[in-house]
Amino acid sequence: MSSGISTPPKTDVFGQYGYAADDPRNFFRPETEAELQAKGRRQRATRTRWVWTGRVLVFIAFFGGWQLLTSIKLPHAKYAIVDPFFFGQPGGIWDSLVKLFTQGTAFGSIWANLWVTVQEALLGFALGTVLGMIVGILLGSNAYLADVAGPYIKVANAIPRIVLGAIFIVAFGLGMPSKIFLAAVLVFFAVFFNAFQGVREVNPDLISNVRVLGASPLQVARHVTIPSAMTWIIASLHTAFGFAIIGALVGEVLGATSGIGLIISQAQGNFDPDTVWACMILIAAFTLICEYLITLLEGRLLRWRPPSRTSAASI
Amino acid sequence: MDTAVPHASSRAPGADDAARIEIIGLTKRFLTPTGEPFTAISDVNLTIEPGQFCAIVGPTGCGKSTTLGQVSGLDKPSVGRVLVGGQPVSGITSGVSYMFQGDSLFPWKTVLANVMTGPVLTGTSKKDATELARDWLRRVGLAGFEDRYPHQLSGGMRKRVAMAAALINNPRILLMDEPFGALDVQTKAIMQSELLQLWEQLRPSVLFITHDLDEAVALADRVAIMTSSPGSVKDVFDIDLPRPRGNVQDLRHEKRFIELQTQIWESLRDEVSRAYTRTAVAA
Repeated sequence: MSSGISTPPKTDVFGQYGYAADDPRNFFRPETEAELQAKGRRQRATRTRWVWTGRVLVFIAFFGGWQLLTSIKLPHAKYAIVDPFFFGQPGGIWDSLVKLFTQGTAFGSIWANLWVTVQEALLGFALGTVLGMIVGILLGSNAYLADVAGPYIKVANAIPRIVLGAIFIVAFGLGMPSKIFLAAVLVFFAVFFNAFQGVREVNPDLISNVRVLGASPLQVARHVTIPSAMTWIIASLHTAFGFAIIGALVGEVLGATSGIGLIISQAQGNFDPDTVWACMILIAAFTLICEYLITLLEGRLLRWRPPSRTSAASI
Repeated sequence: MDTAVPHASSRAPGADDAARIEIIGLTKRFLTPTGEPFTAISDVNLTIEPGQFCAIVGPTGCGKSTTLGQVSGLDKPSVGRVLVGGQPVSGITSGVSYMFQGDSLFPWKTVLANVMTGPVLTGTSKKDATELARDWLRRVGLAGFEDRYPHQLSGGMRKRVAMAAALINNPRILLMDEPFGALDVQTKAIMQSELLQLWEQLRPSVLFITHDLDEAVALADRVAIMTSSPGSVKDVFDIDLPRPRGNVQDLRHEKRFIELQTQIWESLRDEVSRAYTRTAVAA
């Protein structure tokens, strides 16, 4: 037994050789818990530092480059390398933003206009989501209804729905309802398809289980179908909210009496790209806030899920 | 312990004729997706006395699960009939609980809410249902886990929750479709012993499907062997091992267990190899 096995090298388990803690000759010395934790903290801190360095560099490269290219004129050239007349300029966008908030717009204060667009987007989002959920769950759980409605849904999905905005403005006027309906139509399809698919993915064993226990069709829906489809429905809300904003803005660009889309459309007519960019920044800020709220709702409603998936999808 | 469960003491074990299952000349045919008629089971005859534990063993695809579907009323027979307590099954049979191989827990409900589902569906008030569910979680050794979600539990713990959820309504009939099939060997043995303990307390009639002959012999009073496609009952063996059986793992080394196991295996072996040859040819 002893002949074939060489003795392990001497290690500094008890520190009697006086090696430093990170000496490679120490490889048999177990790391203490404190050392392990400290190493983990160091690695995390380093990573965070590099991630933020990267982010700041990207910001400087993009906006700095934009500002630079729209300012520098080559010798003998009439215009800058990139003409700020067409593409705007970060400095100019900032000035426009300040102007929007201090001097207001041709259609009243920026807050009033923002509030109109926000209302249209939120109401359209709510209407589209509720309808999409109801129709999706209904068609998903009833094969007959699904077969009857199937071709019509496919056709409705194939037409370019954004053009409906033109019809809605003629039908419902320049006010808010036409924008709400356009946003709702766009949201509806995003939510509907997910709700429909979600219902079809329900584990049939779970349905058998509650049916054996004597559940009525309504109880099957309440205890199994709807909670199970909820994963799918909530996943669609992020995309759906983007559609609600698009619907409200495009509706306003097509024809409105107030709203951010109207300001954008007017700025376009005045060859003022800086104001268009400024309005986009405002809407982006609003969208980010709502995205955050949807993520909170998602975490609340889906807290029964194993946590691995949410962290991967956080981007 | 029994007195803590409201329904348990109201019925003398095994004395209730409502729990007798008679399967008479049962045949089930259906169309495959390509439109071919397919006979899943043919002329199955089997009687399970009230409070009896009956295991059905057979090769893969012999229609064991189809048979359970007929007893529960989830599915209708093509020919023949199923009587439960002397009444022909039409619609969902009342007083039945079902336990599946897969996870039949609701992943979006807490452990407590999962166990409560049965009583809530039958109209028990929320307060009573909660109390009953807590009591059942204690019985299966999961007190303190009420607020966990299924994904936070181990496979064995999830099975315990499923067992509590299946037994909480004090069913007269318990249908089990390979309930421990997905567990590792050690956990499986523990679950089997726990199932026997709970069953001795409530004594529902059990129809237990498995392809594990050892499991069938260790748990059941009767073991029915099914042939494959179309499935029908080939042999029925009575298991005369004394009850309570105690620890299932110790049971496997007893002389009588080995005798019975060997005897039944003789009957099962031909079926298994025939089914295997068929799938090998088909593939």
